[in-house]
Amino acid sequence: MKETSIIISGFGGQGTLFAGQVLAYTALDNDLEVTWIPSYGPEMRGGTAHCTVILSEERIGSPIVGNPDIVLALNLPSVDKYESLITSGGMLIANSSLFNREIEREDITSLLIPANKIAEEIGMARLANMIMVGAMVKLNPILTMEMVKAGLEEHIPKRHRKTLPGNFEAMEKGFAFAEEAMG
Amino acid sequence: MTKELLKGNEAFAEAAIRAGVEGFFGYPITPSTEFLEHMARRMPQLGRAFVQAESEVAAINMVYGAACTGKRVMTASSSPGLSLMMEGISYIAGTEVPAVIVNVMRGGPGLGNIAPSQGDYYQMVKGGGHGDYFPIVLAPASVQEAIDSIAMAFDLAEKYLSIVHVIVDGNMGQMMEPAELPPMREIPTESPPWAVTGAKDRDPNILTSIYIDPVEEEVTDLRLLKRWKEVEKNEVRYEEYALEDAEMAIVAFGTSARVASSSIRDAREEGIKVGLLRPITLAPYPEKRLDEISEQVERILVIEMNSGMMLDDVRRVVQGRVPIEFYGRMGGITPLPDEILDEIRRVDTNKTEVKGDPREAWMARLEKNIMGEDK
Amino acid sequence: MTDTKTQVVYERPESLTDTHTHYCPGCTHGIAHRLVAEVLDEMNLRESTIGVAPVGCSVFAYNYFNMDFVEAAHGRAPAMATGIKRVSPENTVFTYQGDGDLASIGMAEIMHAAARGENITVIFINNAIYGMTGGQMAPTTLPGMKTTSSPYGRDVELAGFPIKMAEILSVMEGSGYIVRRSLHDAKNIRKAKKAIRLGFETQERGLGFSMVELLSSCPTNWGITPQEALGFVADKMVPVYPLGDYKVNAELETIKV
Repeated sequence: MKETSIIISGFGGQGTLFAGQVLAYTALDNDLEVTWIPSYGPEMRGGTAHCTVILSEERIGSPIVGNPDIVLALNLPSVDKYESLITSGGMLIANSSLFNREIEREDITSLLIPANKIAEEIGMARLANMIMVGAMVKLNPILTMEMVKAGLEEHIPKRHRKTLPGNFEAMEKGFAFAEEAMG
Repeated sequence: MTKELLKGNEAFAEAAIRAGVEGFFGYPITPSTEFLEHMARRMPQLGRAFVQAESEVAAINMVYGAACTGKRVMTASSSPGLSLMMEGISYIAGTEVPAVIVNVMRGGPGLGNIAPSQGDYYQMVKGGGHGDYFPIVLAPASVQEAIDSIAMAFDLAEKYLSIVHVIVDGNMGQMMEPAELPPMREIPTESPPWAVTGAKDRDPNILTSIYIDPVEEEVTDLRLLKRWKEVEKNEVRYEEYALEDAEMAIVAFGTSARVASSSIRDAREEGIKVGLLRPITLAPYPEKRLDEISEQVERILVIEMNSGMMLDDVRRVVQGRVPIEFYGRMGGITPLPDEILDEIRRVDTNKTEVKGDPREAWMARLEKNIMGEDK
Repeated sequence: MTDTKTQVVYERPESLTDTHTHYCPGCTHGIAHRLVAEVLDEMNLRESTIGVAPVGCSVFAYNYFNMDFVEAAHGRAPAMATGIKRVSPENTVFTYQGDGDLASIGMAEIMHAAARGENITVIFINNAIYGMTGGQMAPTTLPGMKTTSSPYGRDVELAGFPIKMAEILSVMEGSGYIVRRSLHDAKNIRKAKKAIRLGFETQERGLGFSMVELLSSCPTNWGITPQEALGFVADKMVPVYPLGDYKVNAELETIKV
């Protein structure tokens, strides 16, 4: 594995930064080099929020990328922004609960997942982010479900510990959806 | 100790705590605020001084006062805050007391924005405040290096009774990276002999930056200059990457250098012999090494997140021996690895002579790129 | 012949150095210095005190006080004192500031030091003028008063009104002792000394911010004789700047000095 760049993007409050941190912690626990860098400032408070996570076996140069390998897009502006930027052969996982259009790129793996709908079905509307992460680990197992679960368990702040089973369930739902969709 | 995933600003603040900082005085400003917030949490826990000042002007003068007691003290801010602090910084330099100042740089001039920038190079490296003084400037390029730099900054500040600036850009303040914090340093119980502690059983210590007699001021300025020459002799730090067989050298610091290192890796795969000189001390500048490199390579490419400020230092050292090209992004924009890769390719194939100010050609290219981006 | 006994009735306080000051004849800085020095001697604080000198006529105060001293940037003495006191709470810390320093360029620093209740003592010399730079209008200059930068007299329509620092600082909750005294005659000087004593007592007892404002004379820049200058303080300044206690922490009222 040379280097994998992941951008997680959505509205502020959709948990994009947290989802990225879960991946970053998991990478750390598995002896990978990792950087996590957020968009910051006023846009964190309600506008778009994204973070870039880079995983590598070697020392990481740039913590930002113009052409990410994987994008988890939690809203339409994120799909619009990143669809054209993803590296050829890369991956777009898009939250189809919040938009209604096709993915045009054919040289990337794309998955439309109704993350909000699934999250609401399991009664955890705020966990669309982890549903997307679950789908990602199915489609690109640089980090496996077991690794991410362990990472989450290890690093989730104490006050949020009670949300752990919910996070696990969300990831499993996302994983199962991706499994079924991709056959 | 094992590595933890640490957020830049928080890690830098904790590094200062581990280095034995006994007073922190600051004012909130994006993108450095988490530094202050971490100090607000941690300093009272340890019985150390934390004050959220009414302004950066007050903050630096609190640092000034506290520094006069001989204790390790500091502040952290971002570009506009540093402008406000320049008065106090000059006084601290003139009084010859140690202080560490972290600048998490953002786009400017003016209110500018909160995006990452290296636009304070002149202000930091060339002094910024009034009068004849020479700050030491460290420019780390990773969370780990910044942690180490902060501990080093206190040592250097005390060794040379100097201001030490640790400058990073907003990217570094905000990013998380695995890093290891040093163990907690024991706070020394003895004060340095020059400190104001109360004149018990000794003559009074007077700490001032006023020398009303110009001759005395000149003697002082000469002392500062001689001390600076010692710094230049002893404290130059830099890192090299893939320079052994390089025909092209990139010179870049901080985040620009990190991004460039990604581009260099890709360029190397294309067979372009390019390497990197990354100054860690911007002051003192690694002049000797750059001098040697300019004898080795055929071209130099300077990359910065400003309008070509360090470029002037590179030109000063290289003295026209090899062509120098420049690529910069300004206003809070971080160049992407592909952008720099394109520059490397361009410089690699461009055999025409570069005459005059390398900014001229870059400005024309950048203007075209920006117009292109707008379309 | 009868035996003669010598008795010391007057000597230089240990807290003052044996140095000629650069102050003009008739200036009351010398009196203020001496009062502070006497109080520090009486309270046995000289060896633990750190003074903060301002920018202004008293910029060289550290040459006259026999104790550790630092020299602040213009107006920043309360910030510098804050830094010192916060990392060295065992030391007694005082600033000595003029009216341009404290009430103009240093307004933010003095207000916030008081608001935070910094446990420092401020000696504030109010002589209604900028002395060191040669007699320009200060924020404390009286209405109608002529200075080199208000040559037709301070026009309050254009240059605003005098700033009354004791009144302002007394409403800050962090302040423990805020008073105004005058140095224009012996009776008032004695009262001023008591106030300075209580200012330092406030600090020693951890009762918060203390400031003693001292109405002072500047014959040189006022362009009158020292004698006339003292009269000017009594007749012209006191009506604008009423003497009195503006805030006294209840704990201080029990102290006899």
